Amino acid sequence: MEFFDIFLLEAVINGLLLGGVLALLALGLNLIFGVIDVVWICYAELVMIGMYAVYYTHNVFGWPLWLAMLVAILSVAALGAVLHQFVIRPVLAAEPINQLLVTGGVLFFLQAAATLVFGVEFRNIGVSLPALQFGGMYLSFARLIAFLVALGGMVGVYLFLTRTYVGTAIRAISQDRAIMPLMGVNANRIFVITSALGGGLAGLAACLLVLQYDIHPAIGLTFGPITFIIVVLGGLGNMLGGFIAAFIFAQFISVGGYVLHIEWGYVLAFLFFIAMMFWRPQGILGGK
Amino acid sequence: MLTVTDLTKQFGGFTAVNRVAFELQEGELLGLIGPNGSGKSTIFNLIAGTLPPTAGSILFRGREISGQNASRVAHFGIARTFQIPRPFRRLSIQENVALAAYYGQEARPSREQAFAQAKEALELVGLPADSAARADGLGAAGLKKLELARALATRPQLLLADESLGGLDHAEMDQAADMLAGIRDKRGISIIWVEHIMGVLMRVVDRCIVLDHGEVIAAGRPDEVAHDRKVIEVYLGTDAGDVQATVAARTG
Repeated sequence: MEFFDIFLLEAVINGLLLGGVLALLALGLNLIFGVIDVVWICYAELVMIGMYAVYYTHNVFGWPLWLAMLVAILSVAALGAVLHQFVIRPVLAAEPINQLLVTGGVLFFLQAAATLVFGVEFRNIGVSLPALQFGGMYLSFARLIAFLVALGGMVGVYLFLTRTYVGTAIRAISQDRAIMPLMGVNANRIFVITSALGGGLAGLAACLLVLQYDIHPAIGLTFGPITFIIVVLGGLGNMLGGFIAAFIFAQFISVGGYVLHIEWGYVLAFLFFIAMMFWRPQGILGGK
Repeated sequence: MLTVTDLTKQFGGFTAVNRVAFELQEGELLGLIGPNGSGKSTIFNLIAGTLPPTAGSILFRGREISGQNASRVAHFGIARTFQIPRPFRRLSIQENVALAAYYGQEARPSREQAFAQAKEALELVGLPADSAARADGLGAAGLKKLELARALATRPQLLLADESLGGLDHAEMDQAADMLAGIRDKRGISIIWVEHIMGVLMRVVDRCIVLDHGEVIAAGRPDEVAHDRKVIEVYLGTDAGDVQATVAARTG
Protein backbone atom coordinates (compact mmCIF):
# COMPACT_ATOMS: atom_id res chain seq x y z
CA MET A 1 0.00 0.00 0.00
CA GLU A 2 1.44 3.35 -0.96
CA PHE A 3 1.80 6.12 1.58
CA PHE A 4 -1.10 8.22 0.34
CA ASP A 5 -4.16 6.10 -0.24
CA ILE A 6 -6.90 8.00 -2.04
CA PHE A 7 -9.50 5.38 -1.18
CA LEU A 8 -8.66 5.61 2.47
CA LEU A 9 -9.20 9.36 2.25
CA GLU A 10 -12.50 8.67 0.52
CA ALA A 11 -13.49 6.37 3.37
CA VAL A 12 -12.52 9.02 5.94
CA ILE A 13 -14.59 11.67 4.17
CA ASN A 14 -17.55 9.33 3.78
CA GLY A 15 -17.27 8.54 7.48
CA LEU A 16 -17.32 12.24 8.24
CA LEU A 17 -20.46 12.67 6.16
CA LEU A 18 -22.13 9.68 7.83
CA GLY A 19 -21.17 11.12 11.21
CA GLY A 20 -23.28 14.23 10.57
CA VAL A 21 -26.56 12.32 10.39
CA LEU A 22 -25.65 10.08 13.30
CA ALA A 23 -24.79 13.18 15.34
CA LEU A 24 -28.19 14.65 14.50
CA LEU A 25 -29.95 11.49 15.68
CA ALA A 26 -27.85 11.38 18.83
CA LEU A 27 -28.62 15.04 19.54
CA GLY A 28 -32.37 14.43 19.51
CA LEU A 29 -32.12 11.44 21.81
CA ASN A 30 -29.69 13.24 24.13
CA LEU A 31 -31.84 16.34 24.29
CA ILE A 32 -34.83 14.33 25.46
CA PHE A 33 -32.87 12.22 27.91
CA GLY A 34 -30.95 15.21 29.21
CA VAL A 35 -34.11 17.16 29.97
CA ILE A 36 -36.76 14.57 30.75
CA ASP A 37 -34.52 11.75 32.00
CA VAL A 38 -36.27 9.18 29.86
CA VAL A 39 -34.58 7.31 27.02
CA TRP A 40 -36.82 7.03 23.99
CA ILE A 41 -35.87 3.55 22.82
CA CYS A 42 -38.38 4.12 20.00
CA TYR A 43 -36.53 7.19 18.68
CA ALA A 44 -35.52 5.60 15.37
CA GLU A 45 -39.11 4.48 14.84
CA LEU A 46 -40.10 8.14 14.84
CA VAL A 47 -37.57 8.53 12.04
CA MET A 48 -39.26 5.65 10.22
CA ILE A 49 -42.66 7.35 10.53
CA GLY A 50 -41.08 10.54 9.20
CA MET A 51 -39.69 8.67 6.18
CA TYR A 52 -43.16 7.32 5.42
CA ALA A 53 -44.58 10.82 5.83
CA VAL A 54 -42.20 12.07 3.13
CA TYR A 55 -43.04 9.12 0.90
CA TYR A 56 -46.81 9.47 1.18
CA THR A 57 -47.03 13.22 0.83
CA HIS A 58 -44.53 13.34 -2.02
CA ASN A 59 -45.05 10.12 -3.99
CA VAL A 60 -48.69 9.32 -3.25
CA PHE A 61 -50.25 12.77 -2.84
CA GLY A 62 -47.84 14.35 -5.29
CA TRP A 63 -46.79 17.30 -3.15
CA PRO A 64 -43.45 18.96 -3.90
CA LEU A 65 -40.56 17.36 -2.04
CA TRP A 66 -39.75 20.41 0.12
CA LEU A 67 -43.35 20.60 1.30
CA ALA A 68 -43.43 16.85 1.93
CA MET A 69 -40.31 17.21 4.07
CA LEU A 70 -41.78 20.11 6.00
CA VAL A 71 -44.90 18.06 6.65
CA ALA A 72 -42.74 15.15 7.81
CA ILE A 73 -40.77 17.31 10.25
CA LEU A 74 -43.91 18.89 11.68
CA SER A 75 -45.81 15.61 11.99
CA VAL A 76 -42.96 13.83 13.76
CA ALA A 77 -42.61 16.86 16.04
CA ALA A 78 -46.31 16.54 16.84
CA LEU A 79 -45.87 12.81 17.36
CA GLY A 80 -43.06 13.57 19.84
CA ALA A 81 -45.32 15.91 21.80
CA VAL A 82 -48.14 13.34 21.81
CA LEU A 83 -45.73 10.62 22.88
CA HIS A 84 -44.69 12.71 25.85
CA GLN A 85 -48.16 13.79 26.88
CA PHE A 86 -49.83 10.39 26.70
CA VAL A 87 -47.05 7.83 27.20
CA ILE A 88 -44.13 9.42 29.07
CA ARG A 89 -45.98 11.84 31.34
CA PRO A 90 -47.94 9.13 33.18
CA VAL A 91 -44.69 7.26 33.97
CA LEU A 92 -42.49 10.26 34.79
CA ALA A 93 -42.30 9.27 38.45
CA ALA A 94 -41.97 5.54 37.72
CA GLU A 95 -38.85 3.40 37.91
CA PRO A 96 -36.42 3.92 34.99
CA ILE A 97 -36.91 0.31 33.91
CA ASN A 98 -40.65 0.89 33.52
CA GLN A 99 -40.01 4.01 31.47
CA LEU A 100 -37.66 2.02 29.26
CA LEU A 101 -40.22 -0.75 28.82
CA VAL A 102 -42.92 1.75 27.91
CA THR A 103 -40.85 3.35 25.15
CA GLY A 104 -39.81 -0.17 24.06
CA GLY A 105 -43.50 -0.96 23.77
CA VAL A 106 -43.98 2.10 21.61
CA LEU A 107 -41.14 0.82 19.38
CA PHE A 108 -42.99 -2.45 18.68
CA PHE A 109 -46.31 -0.66 18.41
CA LEU A 110 -44.99 1.73 15.76
CA GLN A 111 -43.29 -1.09 13.84
CA ALA A 112 -46.40 -3.23 13.87
CA ALA A 113 -48.67 -0.33 13.02
CA ALA A 114 -46.40 0.64 10.11
CA THR A 115 -46.45 -2.94 8.83
CA LEU A 116 -50.25 -3.01 8.96
CA VAL A 117 -50.80 0.41 7.46
CA PHE A 118 -47.92 0.73 5.00
CA GLY A 119 -47.20 -2.94 4.24
CA VAL A 120 -43.85 -4.70 4.24
CA GLU A 121 -42.76 -3.60 0.76
CA PHE A 122 -39.62 -1.52 0.44
CA ARG A 123 -40.53 1.97 -0.74
CA ASN A 124 -38.36 4.56 -2.33
CA ILE A 125 -39.08 8.20 -3.02
CA GLY A 126 -37.43 7.81 -6.42
CA VAL A 127 -35.05 10.70 -6.01
CA SER A 128 -31.54 9.61 -6.81
CA LEU A 129 -28.79 12.09 -6.38
CA PRO A 130 -25.59 11.65 -8.36
CA ALA A 131 -22.29 10.64 -6.83
CA LEU A 132 -19.81 13.47 -6.78
CA GLN A 133 -16.48 12.87 -8.36
CA PHE A 134 -13.78 14.87 -6.72
CA GLY A 135 -10.08 14.34 -7.35
CA GLY A 136 -10.48 10.64 -8.06
CA MET A 137 -12.82 10.08 -5.11
CA TYR A 138 -16.49 9.24 -5.26
CA LEU A 139 -18.59 10.92 -2.61
CA SER A 140 -22.31 10.53 -2.12
CA PHE A 141 -24.09 13.81 -2.86
CA ALA A 142 -27.02 12.72 -0.69
CA ARG A 143 -24.61 12.19 2.20
CA LEU A 144 -22.99 15.56 1.63
CA ILE A 145 -26.39 17.27 1.77
CA ALA A 146 -27.31 15.24 4.83
CA PHE A 147 -24.06 16.25 6.51
CA LEU A 148 -24.53 19.95 5.81
CA VAL A 149 -28.21 20.03 6.79
CA ALA A 150 -27.51 18.02 9.93
CA LEU A 151 -24.78 20.49 10.93
CA GLY A 152 -27.15 23.36 10.19
CA GLY A 153 -29.85 21.71 12.31
CA MET A 154 -27.45 21.26 15.20
CA VAL A 155 -26.32 24.89 15.02
CA GLY A 156 -30.00 25.86 15.02
CA VAL A 157 -30.66 23.80 18.14
CA TYR A 158 -27.61 25.29 19.81
CA LEU A 159 -28.76 28.84 19.09
CA PHE A 160 -32.28 28.00 20.25
CA LEU A 161 -31.00 26.58 23.53
CA THR A 162 -28.63 29.46 24.25
CA ARG A 163 -30.40 32.51 22.82
CA THR A 164 -34.06 32.12 23.76
CA TYR A 165 -35.88 32.01 27.07
CA VAL A 166 -37.57 28.73 26.22
CA GLY A 167 -34.17 27.28 25.31
CA THR A 168 -32.64 28.60 28.53
CA ALA A 169 -35.55 27.08 30.45
CA ILE A 170 -34.88 23.75 28.72
CA ARG A 171 -31.25 23.85 29.84
CA ALA A 172 -32.28 24.94 33.31
CA ILE A 173 -34.89 22.23 33.80
CA SER A 174 -32.32 19.60 32.85
CA GLN A 175 -30.30 20.71 35.87
CA ASP A 176 -32.99 21.09 38.50
CA ARG A 177 -36.50 19.99 37.67
CA ALA A 178 -38.11 20.64 41.05
CA ILE A 179 -37.22 24.28 41.33
CA MET A 180 -38.58 25.45 37.98
CA PRO A 181 -42.24 25.83 39.04
CA LEU A 182 -41.16 28.24 41.79
CA MET A 183 -40.05 30.60 39.06
CA GLY A 184 -43.43 30.38 37.42
CA VAL A 185 -42.39 27.82 34.82
CA ASN A 186 -44.90 25.14 33.89
CA ALA A 187 -42.51 22.18 33.76
CA ASN A 188 -44.75 20.00 31.65
CA ARG A 189 -44.95 22.66 28.96
CA ILE A 190 -41.19 22.73 28.75
CA PHE A 191 -41.17 18.92 28.53
CA VAL A 192 -43.71 18.96 25.70
CA ILE A 193 -41.69 21.59 23.82
CA THR A 194 -38.52 19.53 24.32
CA SER A 195 -40.27 16.39 23.09
CA ALA A 196 -41.58 18.21 20.03
CA LEU A 197 -38.09 19.53 19.35
CA GLY A 198 -36.63 16.01 19.71
CA GLY A 199 -39.37 14.71 17.42
CA GLY A 200 -38.66 17.48 14.92
CA LEU A 201 -34.99 16.46 14.85
CA ALA A 202 -36.07 12.86 14.14
CA GLY A 203 -38.25 14.26 11.33
CA LEU A 204 -35.29 16.20 9.94
CA ALA A 205 -33.14 13.06 10.09
CA ALA A 206 -35.93 11.21 8.26
CA CYS A 207 -35.82 13.76 5.43
CA LEU A 208 -32.08 13.23 5.07
CA LEU A 209 -32.15 9.43 5.33
CA VAL A 210 -34.99 9.07 2.86
CA LEU A 211 -32.58 10.33 0.21
CA GLN A 212 -30.22 7.44 0.89
CA TYR A 213 -32.27 4.48 2.08
CA ASP A 214 -35.35 2.54 1.12
CA ILE A 215 -38.26 2.80 3.51
CA HIS A 216 -39.68 -0.23 5.31
CA PRO A 217 -41.28 -0.78 8.73
CA ALA A 218 -38.06 -2.13 10.29
CA ILE A 219 -35.76 0.61 8.99
CA GLY A 220 -35.57 1.98 12.53
CA LEU A 221 -33.47 -1.02 13.54
CA THR A 222 -30.77 0.18 11.12
CA PHE A 223 -30.28 3.40 13.13
CA GLY A 224 -31.87 2.84 16.52
CA PRO A 225 -29.21 0.69 18.15
CA ILE A 226 -26.36 2.74 16.65
CA THR A 227 -27.90 5.97 17.87
CA PHE A 228 -28.38 4.56 21.34
CA ILE A 229 -24.81 3.27 21.46
CA ILE A 230 -23.44 6.63 20.31
CA VAL A 231 -25.40 8.42 23.00
CA VAL A 232 -24.04 6.05 25.66
CA LEU A 233 -20.54 6.32 24.21
CA GLY A 234 -20.64 10.12 24.43
CA GLY A 235 -22.12 10.09 27.94
CA LEU A 236 -25.89 9.84 28.39
CA GLY A 237 -27.46 13.28 28.12
CA ASN A 238 -24.19 14.95 27.12
CA MET A 239 -24.91 16.64 23.80
CA LEU A 240 -21.31 17.52 23.00
CA GLY A 241 -20.21 14.00 23.94
CA GLY A 242 -22.81 12.53 21.61
CA PHE A 243 -21.59 14.78 18.81
CA ILE A 244 -17.98 13.65 19.19
CA ALA A 245 -18.97 10.00 19.63
CA ALA A 246 -21.03 10.07 16.43
CA PHE A 247 -18.01 11.06 14.36
CA ILE A 248 -15.70 8.53 16.04
CA PHE A 249 -18.25 5.77 15.53
CA ALA A 250 -18.82 6.74 11.90
CA GLN A 251 -15.06 6.58 11.24
CA PHE A 252 -14.92 3.04 12.62
CA ILE A 253 -17.76 2.01 10.36
CA SER A 254 -16.41 3.73 7.27
CA VAL A 255 -12.65 3.26 7.55
CA GLY A 256 -12.99 -0.17 9.17
CA GLY A 257 -15.32 -1.14 6.35
CA TYR A 258 -12.78 -0.01 3.79
CA VAL A 259 -9.69 -1.58 5.36
CA LEU A 260 -11.35 -4.92 6.12
CA HIS A 261 -14.80 -5.52 4.78
CA ILE A 262 -17.96 -3.50 4.85
CA GLU A 263 -19.59 -5.59 7.59
CA TRP A 264 -16.37 -5.59 9.60
CA GLY A 265 -16.69 -1.87 9.97
CA TYR A 266 -19.71 -2.40 12.22
CA VAL A 267 -17.95 -5.19 14.10
CA LEU A 268 -15.00 -2.93 14.82
CA ALA A 269 -17.28 -0.09 15.85
CA PHE A 270 -19.15 -2.28 18.31
CA LEU A 271 -15.91 -3.79 19.64
CA PHE A 272 -14.67 -0.26 20.24
CA PHE A 273 -17.89 0.50 22.07
CA ILE A 274 -17.57 -2.58 24.29
CA ALA A 275 -13.95 -1.77 25.09
CA MET A 276 -14.88 1.81 25.93
CA MET A 277 -17.60 0.65 28.27
CA PHE A 278 -14.95 -1.16 30.31
CA TRP A 279 -12.54 1.74 30.22
CA ARG A 280 -14.96 4.67 30.52
CA PRO A 281 -18.44 3.41 31.40
CA GLN A 282 -19.60 6.99 31.99
CA GLY A 283 -18.91 7.83 28.33
CA ILE A 284 -16.30 9.97 26.58
CA LEU A 285 -17.32 13.24 28.21
CA GLY A 286 -19.21 11.78 31.14
CA GLY A 287 -22.94 11.58 31.59
CA LYS A 288 -25.37 14.04 33.05
CA MET B 1 -51.77 40.18 53.22
CA LEU B 2 -51.34 36.53 54.16
CA THR B 3 -53.72 34.71 56.48
CA VAL B 4 -52.88 31.14 57.43
CA THR B 5 -55.59 29.23 59.29
CA ASP B 6 -55.50 25.74 60.78
CA LEU B 7 -52.73 24.69 58.40
CA THR B 8 -51.93 21.00 58.80
CA LYS B 9 -49.62 18.66 56.92
CA GLN B 10 -49.31 14.97 57.63
CA PHE B 11 -46.80 12.62 56.06
CA GLY B 12 -48.35 9.23 56.70
CA GLY B 13 -48.82 9.09 60.45
CA PHE B 14 -46.39 11.91 61.14
CA THR B 15 -47.81 15.39 61.61
CA ALA B 16 -45.17 17.86 60.40
CA VAL B 17 -47.37 20.93 60.71
CA ASN B 18 -50.25 20.95 63.19
CA ARG B 19 -53.04 23.55 62.99
CA VAL B 20 -50.71 26.46 62.46
CA ALA B 21 -52.30 29.89 62.22
CA PHE B 22 -50.71 33.27 61.75
CA GLU B 23 -51.16 36.49 59.88
CA LEU B 24 -48.71 38.62 57.96
CA GLN B 25 -49.26 42.33 57.51
CA GLU B 26 -48.46 44.29 54.36
CA GLY B 27 -44.78 45.26 54.40
CA GLU B 28 -43.99 43.22 57.50
CA LEU B 29 -40.76 41.33 58.14
CA LEU B 30 -41.75 38.23 60.07
CA GLY B 31 -39.30 35.75 61.56
CA LEU B 32 -40.13 32.06 61.64
CA ILE B 33 -37.90 30.13 63.99
CA GLY B 34 -37.71 26.79 65.69
CA PRO B 35 -35.42 23.79 66.13
CA ASN B 36 -34.61 21.45 63.24
CA GLY B 37 -37.63 19.48 62.13
CA SER B 38 -40.09 21.87 63.73
CA GLY B 39 -41.94 22.36 60.42
CA LYS B 40 -40.54 25.67 59.16
CA SER B 41 -39.56 24.47 55.71
CA THR B 42 -42.76 22.45 55.39
CA ILE B 43 -44.78 25.61 56.00
CA PHE B 44 -42.81 27.29 53.22
CA ASN B 45 -43.48 24.36 50.93
CA LEU B 46 -47.19 24.55 51.71
CA ILE B 47 -47.40 28.29 51.03
CA ALA B 48 -45.29 28.07 47.84
CA GLY B 49 -47.42 25.24 46.49
CA THR B 50 -44.64 22.68 46.41
CA LEU B 51 -46.69 20.47 48.75
CA PRO B 52 -50.47 20.33 49.11
CA PRO B 53 -51.69 20.78 52.70
CA THR B 54 -53.67 18.04 54.44
CA ALA B 55 -56.04 20.63 55.86
CA GLY B 56 -56.33 24.36 56.45
CA SER B 57 -56.42 27.49 54.42
CA ILE B 58 -53.88 29.97 53.08
CA LEU B 59 -55.36 33.28 51.96
CA PHE B 60 -53.04 35.53 49.99
CA ARG B 61 -54.55 38.97 49.38
CA GLY B 62 -58.01 37.50 49.71
CA ARG B 63 -57.33 34.60 47.36
CA GLU B 64 -57.26 30.97 48.53
CA ILE B 65 -53.90 29.60 47.37
CA SER B 66 -53.59 26.34 49.30
CA GLY B 67 -53.22 23.36 47.02
CA GLN B 68 -52.49 25.48 43.92
CA ASN B 69 -49.67 24.69 41.50
CA ALA B 70 -46.30 26.12 42.44
CA SER B 71 -46.02 27.90 39.09
CA ARG B 72 -49.38 29.62 39.66
CA VAL B 73 -48.47 30.61 43.19
CA ALA B 74 -45.31 32.17 41.77
CA HIS B 75 -47.44 34.20 39.36
CA PHE B 76 -49.65 35.38 42.26
CA GLY B 77 -46.55 37.10 43.63
CA ILE B 78 -44.91 34.69 46.08
CA ALA B 79 -41.24 33.80 45.72
CA ARG B 80 -39.02 31.63 47.86
CA THR B 81 -35.35 30.96 48.41
CA PHE B 82 -33.84 27.71 49.63
CA GLN B 83 -31.73 27.02 52.65
CA ILE B 84 -29.17 25.33 50.41
CA PRO B 85 -28.99 27.55 47.32
CA ARG B 86 -30.21 25.78 44.21
CA PRO B 87 -29.02 27.83 41.25
CA PHE B 88 -28.77 26.32 37.78
CA ARG B 89 -25.07 25.73 38.10
CA ARG B 90 -24.23 25.39 34.43
CA LEU B 91 -26.16 28.53 33.48
CA SER B 92 -24.59 31.95 33.76
CA ILE B 93 -25.43 34.20 36.71
CA GLN B 94 -27.31 36.49 34.38
CA GLU B 95 -29.24 33.64 32.75
CA ASN B 96 -30.29 32.32 36.14
CA VAL B 97 -31.88 35.60 37.11
CA ALA B 98 -33.23 36.56 33.67
CA LEU B 99 -35.04 33.23 33.47
CA ALA B 100 -36.82 33.97 36.73
CA ALA B 101 -37.66 37.49 35.54
CA TYR B 102 -39.09 36.18 32.29
CA TYR B 103 -41.21 33.33 33.61
CA GLY B 104 -41.97 34.69 37.06
CA GLN B 105 -44.83 36.92 36.01
CA GLU B 106 -48.08 35.94 34.42
CA ALA B 107 -47.79 38.66 31.79
CA ARG B 108 -44.48 37.78 30.10
CA PRO B 109 -42.16 40.77 29.88
CA SER B 110 -40.23 41.42 26.70
CA ARG B 111 -36.71 40.08 26.37
CA GLU B 112 -35.26 43.50 27.20
CA GLN B 113 -37.59 44.08 30.14
CA ALA B 114 -36.64 40.74 31.63
CA PHE B 115 -32.95 41.61 31.30
CA ALA B 116 -33.56 44.99 32.92
CA GLN B 117 -35.39 43.33 35.82
CA ALA B 118 -32.61 40.80 36.20
CA LYS B 119 -30.05 43.60 36.28
CA GLU B 120 -32.04 45.45 38.93
CA ALA B 121 -32.34 42.33 41.10
CA LEU B 122 -28.64 41.55 40.78
CA GLU B 123 -27.71 45.11 41.73
CA LEU B 124 -30.03 44.97 44.71
CA VAL B 125 -28.16 41.99 46.17
CA GLY B 126 -24.76 43.31 45.12
CA LEU B 127 -23.77 40.92 42.34
CA PRO B 128 -22.33 42.09 38.99
CA ALA B 129 -25.34 42.72 36.76
CA ASP B 130 -24.02 41.50 33.43
CA SER B 131 -22.12 38.48 34.59
CA ALA B 132 -21.69 35.78 31.95
CA ALA B 133 -19.75 33.71 34.50
CA ARG B 134 -21.25 30.38 35.39
CA ALA B 135 -23.17 30.20 38.63
CA ASP B 136 -21.06 27.33 39.97
CA GLY B 137 -18.09 29.69 40.17
CA LEU B 138 -19.69 31.57 43.07
CA GLY B 139 -18.77 30.98 46.70
CA ALA B 140 -21.25 30.27 49.51
CA ALA B 141 -22.13 33.92 50.14
CA GLY B 142 -22.38 34.62 46.39
CA LEU B 143 -24.72 31.67 45.86
CA LYS B 144 -27.01 32.94 48.60
CA LYS B 145 -27.09 36.33 46.93
CA LEU B 146 -27.87 34.73 43.58
CA GLU B 147 -30.67 32.72 45.16
CA LEU B 148 -32.13 35.93 46.55
CA ALA B 149 -31.70 37.82 43.26
CA ARG B 150 -33.51 35.05 41.42
CA ALA B 151 -36.45 35.23 43.81
CA LEU B 152 -36.59 39.03 43.58
CA ALA B 153 -36.50 38.97 39.78
CA THR B 154 -39.95 37.36 39.75
CA ARG B 155 -41.24 40.63 41.28
CA PRO B 156 -42.80 39.07 44.34
CA GLN B 157 -45.05 40.80 46.88
CA LEU B 158 -44.20 38.16 49.42
CA LEU B 159 -40.77 36.65 49.81
CA LEU B 160 -40.29 33.38 51.69
CA ALA B 161 -36.63 33.53 52.63
CA ASP B 162 -35.16 30.24 53.83
CA GLU B 163 -31.86 31.75 54.80
CA SER B 164 -29.66 29.48 56.74
CA LEU B 165 -26.72 31.72 57.49
CA GLY B 166 -24.84 28.92 59.20
CA GLY B 167 -21.98 28.91 56.69
CA LEU B 168 -21.27 32.61 56.98
CA ASP B 169 -19.11 34.64 59.36
CA HIS B 170 -20.55 37.32 61.63
CA ALA B 171 -20.01 40.24 59.25
CA GLU B 172 -21.62 38.30 56.39
CA MET B 173 -24.56 37.32 58.58
CA ASP B 174 -25.23 40.91 59.56
CA GLN B 175 -24.89 41.95 55.94
CA ALA B 176 -27.45 39.31 54.92
CA ALA B 177 -29.87 40.42 57.64
CA ASP B 178 -29.50 44.05 56.63
CA MET B 179 -30.04 43.10 53.01
CA LEU B 180 -33.39 41.47 53.80
CA ALA B 181 -34.47 44.46 55.86
CA GLY B 182 -33.31 46.73 53.02
CA ILE B 183 -35.35 44.81 50.47
CA ARG B 184 -38.43 45.23 52.63
CA ASP B 185 -37.77 48.95 53.09
CA LYS B 186 -36.84 49.76 49.50
CA ARG B 187 -39.19 47.52 47.57
CA GLY B 188 -42.04 47.19 50.03
CA ILE B 189 -41.91 43.40 49.80
CA SER B 190 -43.35 41.52 52.77
CA ILE B 191 -40.96 38.86 54.01
CA ILE B 192 -41.19 35.70 56.06
CA TRP B 193 -37.71 34.75 57.14
CA VAL B 194 -36.71 31.30 58.37
CA GLU B 195 -33.42 31.15 60.21
CA HIS B 196 -31.84 28.87 62.79
CA ILE B 197 -29.58 31.46 64.31
CA MET B 198 -31.99 33.45 66.38
CA GLY B 199 -29.71 36.33 67.33
CA VAL B 200 -29.24 37.51 63.73
CA LEU B 201 -32.92 37.31 63.01
CA MET B 202 -34.06 39.05 66.17
CA ARG B 203 -32.00 42.08 65.24
CA VAL B 204 -34.17 43.01 62.25
CA VAL B 205 -37.61 41.34 62.32
CA ASP B 206 -40.83 43.14 63.31
CA ARG B 207 -42.40 40.06 64.84
CA CYS B 208 -41.53 36.46 65.14
CA ILE B 209 -43.22 33.10 65.43
CA VAL B 210 -41.64 30.17 67.21
CA LEU B 211 -42.44 26.63 66.13
CA ASP B 212 -41.85 23.36 67.92
CA HIS B 213 -42.96 19.95 66.67
CA GLY B 214 -45.13 21.57 64.01
CA GLU B 215 -47.00 23.84 66.43
CA VAL B 216 -46.76 27.53 67.19
CA ILE B 217 -45.50 27.87 70.77
CA ALA B 218 -44.99 31.61 70.83
CA ALA B 219 -45.57 34.67 68.68
CA GLY B 220 -44.91 38.34 69.18
CA ARG B 221 -42.32 41.10 69.15
CA PRO B 222 -38.67 39.98 69.49
CA ASP B 223 -38.38 41.21 73.09
CA GLU B 224 -41.51 39.29 74.10
CA VAL B 225 -40.42 36.10 72.40
CA ALA B 226 -36.86 36.25 73.76
CA HIS B 227 -38.22 36.30 77.32
CA ASP B 228 -40.92 33.70 76.74
CA ARG B 229 -40.45 30.87 79.24
CA LYS B 230 -41.44 28.13 76.79
CA VAL B 231 -39.16 29.46 74.04
CA ILE B 232 -36.22 29.55 76.40
CA GLU B 233 -37.00 26.03 77.53
CA VAL B 234 -37.32 24.30 74.15
CA TYR B 235 -35.17 26.44 71.94
CA LEU B 236 -32.89 29.05 73.39
CA GLY B 237 -31.56 27.19 76.40
CA THR B 238 -28.25 28.64 77.49
CA ASP B 239 -28.20 31.08 74.55
CA ALA B 240 -31.15 32.95 76.03
CA GLY B 241 -28.95 35.63 77.58
CA ASP B 242 -27.20 36.43 74.28
CA VAL B 243 -30.45 36.68 72.34
CA GLN B 244 -32.03 38.85 75.02
CA ALA B 245 -29.01 41.12 74.91
CA THR B 246 -29.27 41.43 71.11
CA VAL B 247 -32.91 42.40 71.35
CA ALA B 248 -32.23 44.83 74.18
CA ALA B 249 -29.43 46.49 72.18
CA ARG B 250 -31.86 46.95 69.33
CA THR B 251 -34.77 48.40 71.23
CA GLY B 252 -32.60 50.36 73.60
